[in-house]
Amino acid sequence: MAFKLTVNGQTTSVDAPPDMPLLWVLRDVLNLRGTKYGCGIGACGACTVHLNGKAVRSCLTPVSAAANQPIMTVEGLSLDGTHPVQIAWQDLDVPQCGYCQAGQMMSAAALLTKTLKPTDKDIDTAMNGNLCRCGTYLRIRAAVHKAAELAANKAPHKSTGAAMQQEEL
Amino acid sequence: MRRPNVGIDRRSFLKVSAFGAGGVLIGLQMEPEAKAQGRGAPAAPPDPHAYIKVAADGTVTIMAKNPEVGQGIRTMLPMLIAEELDVDWKSVKIEQTDFDDTKYAQQSAGGSTGTPNNWTPMRQVGAGGRAMFITAAAQTWKVPEAECTTTSGRVLHQASNRSLGYGELAATVATLPAPAPASLKFKDPKDYKIIGHSQTGTDVGAIVTGKAIFNIDVVVPGMQYAVFEKCGVFGGKVVTSNIEDIKKLPGVKNAFVIERPDITDAVLPGDPGLENGIAILADTWWHAQSARKQLKVEWNEGSRAQYSSVAYAQKAGELSKQAPQREIRKDGDPDGTLKGAAKVIEAAYSYPFIAHAPLEPQNCTANFKDGKVEIWTNSQTPANGRRMVMQTLGLKDNEITVHMVRGGGGFGRRLYNDYMVEAAYISKQAGVPVKLVWSREDDMTHDYYRPGGFQYLKAGLDGSGKVVAWRNHFISYGEGERFVASGAMGPTEFPQRFVPNYALNASVMPLGIRTGALRAPSSNAFAFVIQSFIDELAHAAGKDPVEFRLALLDSSAPVVQQGAAQPAPAGGRGGGPPGMNAERMKGVMHLVAEKSGWGKRTLPKGTAMGVAFHFSHQGYFAEVAEVKVDSANKVKINKIWVAADVGSQIINPSAADNIVQGGVIDGLSEMMSQEITIEKGRIVQTNYNTHGMVRLAQSPPVIEVHYLKSTYSPTGLGEPALPPILPAVSNAIFTATGKRIRQLPLSKSGFSWA
Repeated sequence: MAFKLTVNGQTTSVDAPPDMPLLWVLRDVLNLRGTKYGCGIGACGACTVHLNGKAVRSCLTPVSAAANQPIMTVEGLSLDGTHPVQIAWQDLDVPQCGYCQAGQMMSAAALLTKTLKPTDKDIDTAMNGNLCRCGTYLRIRAAVHKAAELAANKAPHKSTGAAMQQEEL
Repeated sequence: MRRPNVGIDRRSFLKVSAFGAGGVLIGLQMEPEAKAQGRGAPAAPPDPHAYIKVAADGTVTIMAKNPEVGQGIRTMLPMLIAEELDVDWKSVKIEQTDFDDTKYAQQSAGGSTGTPNNWTPMRQVGAGGRAMFITAAAQTWKVPEAECTTTSGRVLHQASNRSLGYGELAATVATLPAPAPASLKFKDPKDYKIIGHSQTGTDVGAIVTGKAIFNIDVVVPGMQYAVFEKCGVFGGKVVTSNIEDIKKLPGVKNAFVIERPDITDAVLPGDPGLENGIAILADTWWHAQSARKQLKVEWNEGSRAQYSSVAYAQKAGELSKQAPQREIRKDGDPDGTLKGAAKVIEAAYSYPFIAHAPLEPQNCTANFKDGKVEIWTNSQTPANGRRMVMQTLGLKDNEITVHMVRGGGGFGRRLYNDYMVEAAYISKQAGVPVKLVWSREDDMTHDYYRPGGFQYLKAGLDGSGKVVAWRNHFISYGEGERFVASGAMGPTEFPQRFVPNYALNASVMPLGIRTGALRAPSSNAFAFVIQSFIDELAHAAGKDPVEFRLALLDSSAPVVQQGAAQPAPAGGRGGGPPGMNAERMKGVMHLVAEKSGWGKRTLPKGTAMGVAFHFSHQGYFAEVAEVKVDSANKVKINKIWVAADVGSQIINPSAADNIVQGGVIDGLSEMMSQEITIEKGRIVQTNYNTHGMVRLAQSPPVIEVHYLKSTYSPTGLGEPALPPILPAVSNAIFTATGKRIRQLPLSKSGFSWA
């Protein structure tokens, strides 16, 4: 079946079974490999992307449910690492293996669009679906706070995806 | 990486490369030369030419030779080279090498050996490179080398006020022989500009933009995606299947049965290699995996289907009541001393099997073509993987190319190369490039599990509260005198040498599943048992747990090698390597007591501190946990203090703190909830929902890390931070609640995270 997907501002038509998870469409069809497979049951959060600005598990989202809506992946935060979340993650040298971090950052970015100055508790709640097997949680928590500060101290960030979408409109 | 064609000589290649490619890979070794040195024999000393590439514009590229699975080695080894090469870290580019044992030694990630094994050789590479740039400049200027100095990638001749950048000298350096290591002088550590200064992980910029290539991201033109269905019982064989129907499903390209000879040995080999099963290849991984769900297989499960965790526990109980099958060590007269002891304490401890479950599932890409195979892997032991592929496919070493790609965690799982052999075999069979990706369920149910075990301990105290006898009946898995992989306890396990009358006895039972090394193998279980039991003894003696441990460390007999009569048992090293330096351990005990305010703070009811130490992988670690437990046994960790002695130098402080904190959190996951159980030979837990780990909300708010810098050569941090945290927390829980935990995970005793 053909589906119209708008990923990071770019609209493409994808031929896939309707129940094929968005994760595998992104990775194996659209070759956007920043989004990771970890568990396939929504237990680890490595596959987190934004659908309509909300963090969702792409491993559990059928492509049919993602069509005709804006999708953003880690590549859409910014290609040059200038999204506040990306800056904070680099400044605090958060990753060890790094495999979970795209999902972590997507959850963090979704949190910061709703909650400009999150408390520890806000962060714990918003990020609790994202496992880090290496245990970089202390830096993740600190990096979310830092990203919030960075975002507060500069003009609202335009993600690649958002920028592209605006151009399209 | 480019490789010279056989037929052009080394110098002419370098010339071509220097002018043709905008960069000089200095001193690429010719294949025939490499052959002459013999495969497998590490080329010692390391040749700077194989590690350092300087472009004419001065850009420095340093080759990173080891597998990167999150331990930070891809940043740390180049730091050592760059420091001694005397270049600015910001100007350095890092490139991952292929696996190539003709050029690089010990391209592996395991045992926290990256630091101790490379501390000197990598600095020799850098210092050797620097010496060659000096030689090249001195030759150019016709001045003595001794008059030349370096700074930030330039050679200076102060007397004539001349300088040349490394880029300008690169073409000359390419023609120079590597200097003898004995002629090299290392920097004084006080002059370090890179070592000892936090450097951001080399791939972090790529990771945060989604550009970092993990092994699962490798794409080879024309590749098909593969899944491999194996029997839940190890070694089970396909009797019948609906494979012909599977081949007709959408997107499916191919499907076939793989049949292997039986492994009849009761103790499975460390890495048994390719298993029986059914491979399915498709256009996308999802198509392959969907087709697999339609697969109907009748398996011949074989005799290993008889095993279960319940039966193991029952059998262990029986064995504990019998005389041990064998003696591993006896010092003095433990039984006699126990009879005459003022106090005798007895306890039975146990811990479960657990899975590695790195977040990136096992995967490998292989392209078998024209009798050769090219492999992309995140293996921690590419040498072993290559050997297994050679054996399975009947290839020679020069018919296998192994690319080393970033891995999403390792923790010991990727010390084993089953997925590499599977991918290579499936590619050969199918005649196409293949990307094999395991599902999480495959990973969880086909691991090399941390062996569970049982320890029946008895210790005697004299009238003054001193430990005078220690006896352990260690019940593990194996057959006869052999333990399963990573299921052994060695004759020097602590507190051997610190208690005059010491007995370690062992009994084993047959297992039927694969086992292997999990981060801090054996230590990750033994530290919990030994340091918890020591805590029991401290409380029985009415002594402060820190003071009691310091007194125990004071009672060490000198390190005496027991000669060849006490070899390490087969099946892996025990957790207690000989030669623990009691003074160093006392040092970190004092430090952690001081930093945590041990015994000096009044804590509210239900809150308490616990302490433990453990020596593993040459690292000395003492840890204190402050823990709050409520009436419903909900556990909250308020704070953790870590004191570590891993030698004279913390090479990359940012990465060091990160991995120590991660090791502690990993230990907390093992402690609270992780358990693999076996029913009818099959693994029960299949995913993270049933084999969980600590989440952000459960992780301690603060983990302080303090290093005690000693005069010893630096050692690794990947593993030794983990073991002490389990007993530190469970000892704190005892002090807070009076409940002594002798069984892991804690969830079995009704505890959970607050």
